[in-house]
Amino acid sequence: MSAPIYVYVSIMWIMIVAGGGLLVTIISPIHIHGFGKFDEFLDSGVKAAIAVTLVVLWIFIMSKAKNWIFHKRIRN
Amino acid sequence: MLDKTIATILVSAIAFVVVYALTPALIKTLEKRKLVVKDYNKVGGTMVARPGGPSILAGILASEIVLYAFYSSTDVLAIILTTFFAFLVGLADDRRVLGGWFKPLALAASAIPIILLGTYDPHLAFPLFGHVRIPELYVALVIFMIPITGNTVNSIDVLNGVASGFMTIASFALTISLFIVHHYDIAIASLPLGFVSLAFYKYHKFPSKIFPGDSGALTLGAMYGAIAIVGHVEIIAAVALLPAVINSFLFLSSVKRIIEHRQLKSNPVEHTEDFKLKATADKDAPVTLVRLIVANRPMTEKEVGFTIFKLALFSAALAIITAFMMDVHI
Repeated sequence: MSAPIYVYVSIMWIMIVAGGGLLVTIISPIHIHGFGKFDEFLDSGVKAAIAVTLVVLWIFIMSKAKNWIFHKRIRN
Repeated sequence: MLDKTIATILVSAIAFVVVYALTPALIKTLEKRKLVVKDYNKVGGTMVARPGGPSILAGILASEIVLYAFYSSTDVLAIILTTFFAFLVGLADDRRVLGGWFKPLALAASAIPIILLGTYDPHLAFPLFGHVRIPELYVALVIFMIPITGNTVNSIDVLNGVASGFMTIASFALTISLFIVHHYDIAIASLPLGFVSLAFYKYHKFPSKIFPGDSGALTLGAMYGAIAIVGHVEIIAAVALLPAVINSFLFLSSVKRIIEHRQLKSNPVEHTEDFKLKATADKDAPVTLVRLIVANRPMTEKEVGFTIFKLALFSAALAIITAFMMDVHI
Protein backbone atom coordinates (compact mmCIF):
# COMPACT_ATOMS: atom_id res chain seq x y z
CA MET A 1 0.00 0.00 0.00
CA SER A 2 1.43 3.35 -1.02
CA ALA A 3 -1.57 5.40 0.16
CA PRO A 4 0.43 7.49 2.69
CA ILE A 5 2.83 8.52 -0.09
CA TYR A 6 -0.09 9.70 -2.24
CA VAL A 7 -1.40 11.66 0.77
CA TYR A 8 2.03 13.22 1.22
CA VAL A 9 2.26 14.19 -2.48
CA SER A 10 -1.22 15.75 -2.24
CA ILE A 11 -0.28 17.72 0.90
CA MET A 12 2.86 18.99 -0.85
CA TRP A 13 0.78 20.10 -3.85
CA ILE A 14 -1.76 21.93 -1.65
CA MET A 15 1.09 23.61 0.25
CA ILE A 16 2.65 24.79 -3.04
CA VAL A 17 -0.67 26.29 -4.24
CA ALA A 18 -1.40 27.85 -0.82
CA GLY A 19 2.16 29.20 -0.51
CA GLY A 20 1.81 30.80 -3.93
CA GLY A 21 -1.44 32.44 -2.84
CA LEU A 22 0.24 33.87 0.24
CA LEU A 23 3.12 35.19 -1.85
CA VAL A 24 0.90 36.82 -4.48
CA THR A 25 -1.88 38.23 -2.30
CA ILE A 26 -0.03 39.31 0.85
CA ILE A 27 3.70 39.66 0.25
CA SER A 28 3.78 40.92 -3.34
CA PRO A 29 1.71 44.11 -2.62
CA ILE A 30 4.09 45.17 0.19
CA HIS A 31 5.97 48.36 -0.80
CA ILE A 32 8.58 50.20 1.23
CA HIS A 33 8.81 54.00 0.93
CA GLY A 34 10.75 56.76 2.62
CA PHE A 35 14.32 55.56 2.10
CA GLY A 36 14.99 57.41 -1.15
CA LYS A 37 17.17 55.51 -3.58
CA PHE A 38 17.25 52.53 -1.21
CA ASP A 39 13.48 51.99 -1.53
CA GLU A 40 13.72 49.40 -4.31
CA PHE A 41 16.65 47.60 -2.70
CA LEU A 42 14.89 47.39 0.69
CA ASP A 43 11.65 46.40 -1.00
CA SER A 44 13.31 43.44 -2.75
CA GLY A 45 15.33 42.53 0.33
CA VAL A 46 12.30 42.39 2.62
CA LYS A 47 10.29 40.37 0.08
CA ALA A 48 13.21 37.99 -0.41
CA ALA A 49 13.61 37.57 3.35
CA ILE A 50 9.89 36.80 3.76
CA ALA A 51 10.01 34.37 0.81
CA VAL A 52 13.01 32.55 2.30
CA THR A 53 11.26 32.41 5.70
CA LEU A 54 8.21 30.94 3.98
CA VAL A 55 10.37 28.28 2.31
CA VAL A 56 11.94 27.39 5.69
CA LEU A 57 8.43 27.23 7.22
CA TRP A 58 7.28 25.05 4.29
CA ILE A 59 10.19 22.64 4.87
CA PHE A 60 9.41 22.56 8.61
CA ILE A 61 5.72 21.75 8.00
CA MET A 62 6.56 19.09 5.40
CA SER A 63 9.06 17.57 7.81
CA LYS A 64 6.39 17.40 10.54
CA ALA A 65 3.90 15.95 8.04
CA LYS A 66 6.52 13.38 7.04
CA ASN A 67 6.98 12.28 10.65
CA TRP A 68 3.23 12.17 11.18
CA ILE A 69 2.41 10.21 8.01
CA PHE A 70 5.37 7.86 7.81
CA HIS A 71 6.17 7.48 11.54
CA LYS A 72 4.73 3.99 11.87
CA ARG A 73 6.24 2.79 8.59
CA ILE A 74 9.72 4.05 9.42
CA ARG A 75 9.58 2.60 12.95
CA ASN A 76 8.48 -0.78 11.62
CA MET B 1 1.08 26.29 -38.25
CA LEU B 2 2.35 23.74 -40.81
CA ASP B 3 6.01 24.46 -40.05
CA LYS B 4 5.29 24.02 -36.32
CA THR B 5 3.70 20.63 -37.01
CA ILE B 6 6.70 19.62 -39.14
CA ALA B 7 9.11 20.81 -36.44
CA THR B 8 7.17 18.89 -33.78
CA ILE B 9 7.28 15.62 -35.71
CA LEU B 10 10.88 16.11 -36.81
CA VAL B 11 12.41 16.90 -33.40
CA SER B 12 10.44 14.11 -31.70
CA ALA B 13 11.53 11.56 -34.31
CA ILE B 14 15.17 12.68 -34.27
CA ALA B 15 15.35 12.59 -30.45
CA PHE B 16 13.86 9.09 -30.29
CA VAL B 17 15.70 7.54 -33.22
CA VAL B 18 19.16 8.90 -32.29
CA VAL B 19 19.00 7.46 -28.75
CA TYR B 20 17.32 4.24 -29.87
CA ALA B 21 19.94 3.63 -32.57
CA LEU B 22 23.01 4.91 -30.73
CA THR B 23 22.58 3.24 -27.33
CA PRO B 24 23.33 -0.39 -28.42
CA ALA B 25 26.62 0.80 -29.96
CA LEU B 26 27.39 2.74 -26.79
CA ILE B 27 26.70 -0.36 -24.67
CA LYS B 28 29.14 -2.39 -26.80
CA THR B 29 31.82 0.32 -26.61
CA LEU B 30 31.46 0.69 -22.83
CA GLU B 31 31.60 -3.09 -22.31
CA LYS B 32 34.69 -3.35 -24.54
CA ARG B 33 36.41 -0.63 -22.49
CA LYS B 34 35.28 -2.36 -19.27
CA LEU B 35 33.26 0.69 -18.25
CA VAL B 36 30.77 -1.44 -16.36
CA VAL B 37 29.41 -1.39 -12.80
CA LYS B 38 27.81 -4.03 -10.62
CA ASP B 39 24.01 -4.16 -10.42
CA TYR B 40 23.67 -4.91 -6.72
CA ASN B 41 19.99 -5.81 -7.03
CA LYS B 42 20.68 -8.86 -9.22
CA VAL B 43 21.68 -12.32 -8.02
CA GLY B 44 25.44 -12.57 -8.45
CA GLY B 45 25.73 -8.87 -9.29
CA THR B 46 25.46 -8.63 -13.08
CA MET B 47 27.81 -6.09 -14.67
CA VAL B 48 26.03 -3.28 -16.52
CA ALA B 49 27.48 -0.66 -18.92
CA ARG B 50 27.66 2.93 -17.66
CA PRO B 51 27.28 5.84 -18.43
CA GLY B 52 24.49 6.23 -20.96
CA GLY B 53 24.78 10.02 -20.82
CA PRO B 54 26.53 10.36 -24.22
CA SER B 55 23.65 8.80 -26.17
CA ILE B 56 21.09 10.85 -24.19
CA LEU B 57 23.01 14.03 -24.95
CA ALA B 58 23.38 13.08 -28.63
CA GLY B 59 19.60 12.71 -28.95
CA ILE B 60 18.96 16.03 -27.22
CA LEU B 61 21.60 17.96 -29.19
CA ALA B 62 20.60 16.51 -32.57
CA SER B 63 16.92 17.38 -32.09
CA GLU B 64 17.39 20.76 -30.42
CA ILE B 65 19.96 21.91 -33.03
CA VAL B 66 17.45 21.06 -35.78
CA LEU B 67 14.84 23.08 -33.85
CA TYR B 68 17.32 25.95 -33.54
CA ALA B 69 17.85 25.80 -37.32
CA PHE B 70 14.08 26.21 -37.73
CA TYR B 71 13.52 29.16 -35.38
CA SER B 72 16.96 30.56 -34.28
CA SER B 73 15.42 30.95 -30.84
CA THR B 74 17.63 32.06 -27.95
CA ASP B 75 15.33 30.03 -25.65
CA VAL B 76 16.37 26.85 -27.48
CA LEU B 77 20.02 27.95 -27.40
CA ALA B 78 19.83 28.44 -23.62
CA ILE B 79 18.32 24.96 -23.20
CA ILE B 80 21.07 23.43 -25.39
CA LEU B 81 23.94 25.14 -23.56
CA THR B 82 22.62 24.51 -20.04
CA THR B 83 21.99 20.84 -20.84
CA PHE B 84 25.43 20.45 -22.41
CA PHE B 85 27.25 22.02 -19.43
CA ALA B 86 25.29 19.82 -17.00
CA PHE B 87 26.30 16.79 -19.08
CA LEU B 88 29.97 17.78 -18.70
CA VAL B 89 29.54 18.01 -14.91
CA GLY B 90 27.89 14.59 -14.89
CA LEU B 91 30.57 13.07 -17.12
CA ALA B 92 33.29 14.41 -14.82
CA ASP B 93 31.43 12.80 -11.91
CA ASP B 94 31.16 9.50 -13.79
CA ARG B 95 34.91 9.53 -14.43
CA ARG B 96 36.05 10.77 -11.05
CA VAL B 97 33.70 11.08 -8.05
CA LEU B 98 33.17 14.77 -7.31
CA GLY B 99 32.79 16.07 -3.75
CA GLY B 100 29.38 16.55 -2.15
CA TRP B 101 29.26 20.34 -2.68
CA PHE B 102 31.28 20.60 -5.90
CA LYS B 103 28.57 19.07 -8.07
CA PRO B 104 25.75 21.47 -7.04
CA LEU B 105 28.09 24.44 -7.53
CA ALA B 106 29.22 23.24 -10.97
CA LEU B 107 25.58 22.63 -11.92
CA ALA B 108 24.69 26.14 -10.74
CA ALA B 109 27.30 27.42 -13.20
CA SER B 110 25.48 25.48 -15.96
CA ALA B 111 22.57 27.90 -15.53
CA ILE B 112 24.70 30.88 -16.60
CA PRO B 113 23.62 30.69 -20.31
CA ILE B 114 19.99 31.21 -19.23
CA ILE B 115 20.98 34.38 -17.36
CA LEU B 116 23.40 35.70 -20.00
CA LEU B 117 20.96 35.12 -22.86
CA GLY B 118 18.17 36.70 -20.79
CA THR B 119 15.79 33.84 -21.54
CA TYR B 120 13.88 34.14 -18.30
CA ASP B 121 10.96 36.21 -17.11
CA PRO B 122 11.27 37.36 -13.48
CA HIS B 123 7.56 36.72 -12.90
CA LEU B 124 6.78 33.58 -10.92
CA ALA B 125 3.33 32.33 -11.96
CA PHE B 126 1.12 30.56 -9.42
CA PRO B 127 -2.19 28.76 -10.00
CA LEU B 128 -5.39 30.61 -8.96
CA PHE B 129 -3.59 33.69 -7.62
CA GLY B 130 -1.66 35.13 -10.59
CA HIS B 131 2.02 36.00 -10.62
CA VAL B 132 4.57 37.80 -8.51
CA ARG B 133 7.45 39.90 -9.88
CA ILE B 134 10.74 39.08 -8.13
CA PRO B 135 13.61 40.38 -10.33
CA GLU B 136 16.55 39.92 -7.92
CA LEU B 137 15.20 36.76 -6.29
CA TYR B 138 14.43 35.20 -9.65
CA VAL B 139 18.10 35.22 -10.74
CA ALA B 140 18.90 33.28 -7.56
CA LEU B 141 16.04 30.93 -8.38
CA VAL B 142 17.52 30.29 -11.86
CA ILE B 143 20.90 29.46 -10.30
CA PHE B 144 19.32 27.14 -7.71
CA MET B 145 16.86 25.46 -10.06
CA ILE B 146 19.35 23.58 -12.27
CA PRO B 147 21.28 21.91 -9.39
CA ILE B 148 17.96 21.07 -7.72
CA THR B 149 16.33 19.44 -10.76
CA GLY B 150 19.62 17.78 -11.79
CA ASN B 151 20.26 16.24 -8.38
CA THR B 152 16.59 15.39 -7.85
CA VAL B 153 16.51 13.30 -11.03
CA ASN B 154 19.90 11.82 -10.13
CA SER B 155 18.59 10.82 -6.69
CA ILE B 156 15.70 8.84 -8.19
CA ASP B 157 18.13 6.84 -10.36
CA VAL B 158 18.24 3.96 -7.87
CA LEU B 159 16.63 1.02 -9.65
CA ASN B 160 16.51 -0.38 -13.18
CA GLY B 161 14.56 1.93 -15.49
CA VAL B 162 13.29 4.28 -12.79
CA ALA B 163 15.09 7.51 -13.79
CA SER B 164 14.32 7.22 -17.52
CA GLY B 165 10.75 5.96 -16.97
CA PHE B 166 10.04 8.66 -14.40
CA MET B 167 11.46 11.37 -16.68
CA THR B 168 9.37 10.11 -19.61
CA ILE B 169 6.20 10.64 -17.55
CA ALA B 170 7.29 13.97 -15.99
CA SER B 171 8.55 15.39 -19.32
CA PHE B 172 5.39 14.60 -21.26
CA ALA B 173 3.33 16.08 -18.40
CA LEU B 174 5.45 19.23 -18.71
CA THR B 175 4.98 19.32 -22.50
CA ILE B 176 1.18 18.96 -22.13
CA SER B 177 1.21 21.70 -19.48
CA LEU B 178 3.21 24.02 -21.76
CA PHE B 179 0.59 23.52 -24.49
CA ILE B 180 -2.19 24.24 -21.94
CA VAL B 181 -0.57 27.54 -20.90
CA HIS B 182 -0.07 28.42 -24.62
CA HIS B 183 3.75 28.35 -24.61
CA TYR B 184 3.80 26.40 -27.87
CA ASP B 185 7.42 27.01 -28.92
CA ILE B 186 8.83 25.79 -25.61
CA ALA B 187 6.36 22.90 -25.64
CA ILE B 188 7.92 21.78 -28.94
CA ALA B 189 11.41 22.32 -27.48
CA SER B 190 10.48 20.11 -24.51
CA LEU B 191 9.37 17.15 -26.65
CA PRO B 192 12.92 15.80 -27.20
CA LEU B 193 13.31 15.36 -23.42
CA GLY B 194 10.34 12.99 -23.27
CA PHE B 195 11.30 11.08 -26.43
CA VAL B 196 14.96 10.78 -25.41
CA SER B 197 13.89 9.41 -22.00
CA LEU B 198 11.46 6.99 -23.66
CA ALA B 199 14.07 5.67 -26.10
CA PHE B 200 16.63 5.28 -23.33
CA TYR B 201 14.05 3.46 -21.16
CA LYS B 202 14.06 0.67 -23.77
CA TYR B 203 17.62 -0.25 -22.65
CA HIS B 204 17.43 0.98 -19.06
CA LYS B 205 14.26 -0.88 -18.05
CA PHE B 206 14.47 -4.05 -15.94
CA PRO B 207 16.83 -5.88 -16.50
CA SER B 208 19.05 -2.92 -17.43
CA LYS B 209 21.56 -3.20 -20.25
CA ILE B 210 22.91 0.27 -19.47
CA PHE B 211 22.75 2.80 -16.61
CA PRO B 212 22.44 6.52 -17.39
CA GLY B 213 25.12 7.44 -14.83
CA ASP B 214 25.45 10.97 -13.51
CA SER B 215 26.04 12.27 -17.04
CA GLY B 216 22.64 10.88 -18.10
CA ALA B 217 20.64 11.77 -15.00
CA LEU B 218 22.06 15.29 -14.66
CA THR B 219 21.53 15.93 -18.39
CA LEU B 220 17.85 14.96 -18.11
CA GLY B 221 17.37 16.90 -14.87
CA ALA B 222 19.15 20.06 -16.04
CA MET B 223 17.22 20.11 -19.32
CA TYR B 224 13.98 19.72 -17.36
CA GLY B 225 14.95 22.67 -15.13
CA ALA B 226 15.99 24.81 -18.10
CA ILE B 227 12.65 24.16 -19.86
CA ALA B 228 10.78 25.05 -16.65
CA ILE B 229 12.57 28.42 -16.44
CA VAL B 230 12.50 29.32 -20.14
CA GLY B 231 8.87 28.19 -20.45
CA HIS B 232 7.81 30.06 -17.25
CA VAL B 233 6.28 26.90 -15.77
CA GLU B 234 8.47 26.54 -12.66
CA ILE B 235 5.63 25.62 -10.29
CA ILE B 236 4.05 23.13 -12.72
CA ALA B 237 7.47 21.53 -13.27
CA ALA B 238 7.98 21.20 -9.51
CA VAL B 239 4.59 19.49 -9.14
CA ALA B 240 5.33 16.95 -11.90
CA LEU B 241 8.60 16.12 -10.16
CA LEU B 242 7.07 15.70 -6.67
CA PRO B 243 7.83 11.98 -6.06
CA ALA B 244 11.51 12.64 -6.84
CA VAL B 245 11.40 15.82 -4.73
CA ILE B 246 9.99 13.78 -1.85
CA ASN B 247 12.77 11.21 -2.29
CA SER B 248 15.42 13.96 -2.03
CA PHE B 249 13.58 15.62 0.85
CA LEU B 250 13.28 12.40 2.84
CA PHE B 251 16.93 11.59 2.19
CA LEU B 252 18.23 15.04 3.14
CA SER B 253 16.04 15.33 6.23
CA SER B 254 17.30 11.98 7.51
CA VAL B 255 21.04 12.39 6.74
CA LYS B 256 20.91 16.19 7.38
CA ARG B 257 23.73 17.04 4.95
CA ILE B 258 24.57 16.90 1.25
CA ILE B 259 26.29 13.59 0.54
CA GLU B 260 26.40 11.07 -2.28
CA HIS B 261 24.49 7.79 -2.01
CA ARG B 262 27.78 5.95 -2.37
CA GLN B 263 29.04 7.63 0.85
CA LEU B 264 26.25 6.08 2.94
CA LYS B 265 27.35 3.72 5.69
CA SER B 266 24.06 1.82 5.81
CA ASN B 267 21.66 1.10 2.98
CA PRO B 268 17.96 1.98 3.23
CA VAL B 269 16.97 -1.37 1.67
CA GLU B 270 18.18 -4.96 1.93
CA HIS B 271 17.55 -8.18 0.00
CA THR B 272 15.43 -11.13 1.05
CA GLU B 273 16.62 -14.67 0.30
CA ASP B 274 14.68 -14.63 -2.98
CA PHE B 275 16.32 -11.27 -3.80
CA LYS B 276 13.31 -9.07 -3.25
CA LEU B 277 13.83 -5.60 -1.77
CA LYS B 278 12.87 -5.06 1.86
CA ALA B 279 13.22 -2.09 4.22
CA THR B 280 16.24 -2.23 6.47
CA ALA B 281 15.87 -2.49 10.25
CA ASP B 282 18.95 -0.27 10.64
CA LYS B 283 17.80 2.88 12.44
CA ASP B 284 20.76 4.88 11.09
CA ALA B 285 19.88 4.18 7.46
CA PRO B 286 18.33 7.11 5.57
CA VAL B 287 14.63 7.21 4.78
CA THR B 288 14.02 7.09 1.02
CA LEU B 289 11.04 6.67 -1.27
CA VAL B 290 12.02 3.06 -2.02
CA ARG B 291 12.36 2.27 1.70
CA LEU B 292 8.84 3.60 2.30
CA ILE B 293 7.43 1.67 -0.65
CA VAL B 294 8.84 -1.66 0.58
CA ALA B 295 8.10 -0.92 4.26
CA ASN B 296 4.92 -3.02 4.31
CA ARG B 297 6.19 -6.03 2.38
CA PRO B 298 9.21 -7.06 0.31
CA MET B 299 8.80 -6.34 -3.40
CA THR B 300 10.70 -7.19 -6.56
CA GLU B 301 12.75 -4.44 -8.20
CA LYS B 302 10.25 -4.38 -11.07
CA GLU B 303 7.29 -3.95 -8.68
CA VAL B 304 8.98 -1.05 -6.89
CA GLY B 305 9.69 0.58 -10.28
CA PHE B 306 6.05 0.36 -11.32
CA THR B 307 4.92 1.76 -7.94
CA ILE B 308 7.17 4.78 -8.56
CA PHE B 309 5.71 5.13 -12.08
CA LYS B 310 2.17 5.16 -10.63
CA LEU B 311 3.25 7.94 -8.27
CA ALA B 312 4.79 9.77 -11.25
CA LEU B 313 1.50 9.46 -13.15
CA PHE B 314 -0.37 10.84 -10.13
CA SER B 315 1.91 13.89 -9.86
CA ALA B 316 1.79 14.30 -13.66
CA ALA B 317 -2.01 14.53 -13.35
CA LEU B 318 -1.61 17.12 -10.56
CA ALA B 319 0.80 19.09 -12.78
CA ILE B 320 -1.71 19.14 -15.65
CA ILE B 321 -4.49 20.22 -13.24
CA THR B 322 -2.13 22.97 -12.01
CA ALA B 323 -1.61 24.09 -15.64
CA PHE B 324 -5.39 24.41 -16.12
CA MET B 325 -5.58 26.35 -12.82
CA MET B 326 -3.11 28.94 -14.19
CA ASP B 327 -5.92 30.51 -16.24
CA VAL B 328 -8.33 30.57 -13.29
CA HIS B 329 -8.12 33.52 -10.90
CA ILE B 330 -9.89 33.88 -7.57
